[in-house]
Amino acid sequence: MKIVVCIKQVPDTTEIKLDPVTGTLIRDGVPSIMNPDDKGGLEFALRLKDQYGAHVTVITMGPPQAEAILREAFAMGVDRAILLSDRKFAGADTLATSNTIAGALRALEYDVIITGRQAIDGDTAQVGPQIAEHLDLPQVTYVEDLKYDGQKTFTVKRTTEEGYQIVEVDAPCVFTALASGVKPRYMSVRGIVEAYDKDIEVWGFNNITVDEKKIGLSGSPTRVFKSFTKGAKAAGQIYEVDPAEAADIIVNKLKEKFII
Amino acid sequence: MDKSQYKNVFVFIEQREGVIQNVALELLGKARELADTLNEKVFAMLLGHNLTDQAQECVAYGADTVLRVDAPELESYTTEPYAQAIHQIVKTYNPSIVLIGATTIGRDLGPRLSARIETGLTADCTGLEISDERELMMTRPAFGGNLMATILCKEHRPQMSTVRPGVMRMGKPDANRQGTIEDVRVDFDKSKFRVRVVETVKEKKDMIDITEAHILVSGGRGVGNPEGFDMLRAMAKTIGAEVSASRAMVDAGVLAHDRQVGQTGKTVRPDVYFAMGISGAIQHLAGMEESEYIIAVNKDKYAPIFNVADLGIVGDVRKVVPILTEKLAAARQKK
Repeated sequence: MKIVVCIKQVPDTTEIKLDPVTGTLIRDGVPSIMNPDDKGGLEFALRLKDQYGAHVTVITMGPPQAEAILREAFAMGVDRAILLSDRKFAGADTLATSNTIAGALRALEYDVIITGRQAIDGDTAQVGPQIAEHLDLPQVTYVEDLKYDGQKTFTVKRTTEEGYQIVEVDAPCVFTALASGVKPRYMSVRGIVEAYDKDIEVWGFNNITVDEKKIGLSGSPTRVFKSFTKGAKAAGQIYEVDPAEAADIIVNKLKEKFII
Repeated sequence: MDKSQYKNVFVFIEQREGVIQNVALELLGKARELADTLNEKVFAMLLGHNLTDQAQECVAYGADTVLRVDAPELESYTTEPYAQAIHQIVKTYNPSIVLIGATTIGRDLGPRLSARIETGLTADCTGLEISDERELMMTRPAFGGNLMATILCKEHRPQMSTVRPGVMRMGKPDANRQGTIEDVRVDFDKSKFRVRVVETVKEKKDMIDITEAHILVSGGRGVGNPEGFDMLRAMAKTIGAEVSASRAMVDAGVLAHDRQVGQTGKTVRPDVYFAMGISGAIQHLAGMEESEYIIAVNKDKYAPIFNVADLGIVGDVRKVVPILTEKLAAARQKK
């Protein structure tokens, strides 16, 4: 079985702060990490490797420094790592990104493709299903757990608002994984040492199979028109009243804001 | 592309077991507003099986036309049958705008559709407006809510966006509104139905990740003990909120660590954050000050939590919460 896991390097958004004076993002010194849901997806793949001897490839699209998460993936135990890096890929929205990654996947062998549900810097949850559509593969999103029958069928637990769903799907297929479903393994010491000698393949536009008009900025239907910070907060109102009156004030405020 | 060929605002009507989800009704209200600005119509895309009076409900909430697809393949949601049905509708009716609720269903369906149609999709919009050039301006938070971005989809149609439940205001239904109901027949390509649903299980979920909660009721030292926290749980239940805590309460073993808000816990940005009996140490504030609306109740009127609160009540949490719970329950009942 061949598995390709799509991963992304993201800024640790919990560490991002706003400059209180200019209102702009302070990105300096913000650490980059492997996106948590992607790491969950990688763990699912590595478990299939442990159990069934699957061959695991990781692929990421990004600038050269995204290599760091590919090394991390090597240290966790993957077999092959590909960095999609080309100026032609830059400025892509989710559709153009999914076209680029699907283009790379067309040049690879796979039985299963795993992505994270969503990345913490964009939270869109779109690229996984879009890849599935481009490659005409069935998709199972919000995957919390999966079992393989050793032949071709997966039994998958996917989470929903109301509980969960158990579905069956045959390979080839696409899963989008939740970080909460699985605890990713730590990098082994030996893995870390060896990761630095492993070869990371860098692929550009010429390595992938995609229409140039569908990638990068020019292949992106959506454009950011403007971005802005939410205005600074006005001072709040403080009331010193008895509990019943306090409760009324809160209830009215929630009604006003359509919360209840 | 000739944009004049694309008209009207379409809403995906998400139903589960025949019950239209609130987010679809909220979107109908928003669609009504957008369509009125554009001087166009609102179309509801109602998919399901053995549908009864759901179409009338869509009209009451603002739809001019309901496109109803009633087929056994659509009884409960799976990606491919729903994608095929909506894709056929979009190809036939050429909408200018398509709105979908950002639920686990909408976030499964939306991107699949956008790739099939080859158009843009903007996720989790918090604001939708029509520009002077009649483009849809889609505003969404970026970078974990630190920055807002307004996005356009100028050269592709339809302009698609998903909107999280509770973000748009639900309008009042008007039972006398008139609308048309059209039954649409879809020719399914069943060879593409490759995911089999074995089981759908509903379970009481009290373990929603606090970073994903829309409303958080958070307790601190002022709540005192586990019994005090039961009060907060009861209050949270009346408004569909999750409970979280300051470090003091987690260290005391009242709540698990994954419920802790603050520097060593989680950073949360709910729509409403109740800080109940939390004084507001800087480490706690770091984890919640980006919340949309902060309501604080604390005995000490000099507590730092009041510096970040939008609404502050100086008082004893243990006295305010029971009364508040009653009044919240009553307010929900009336609705």
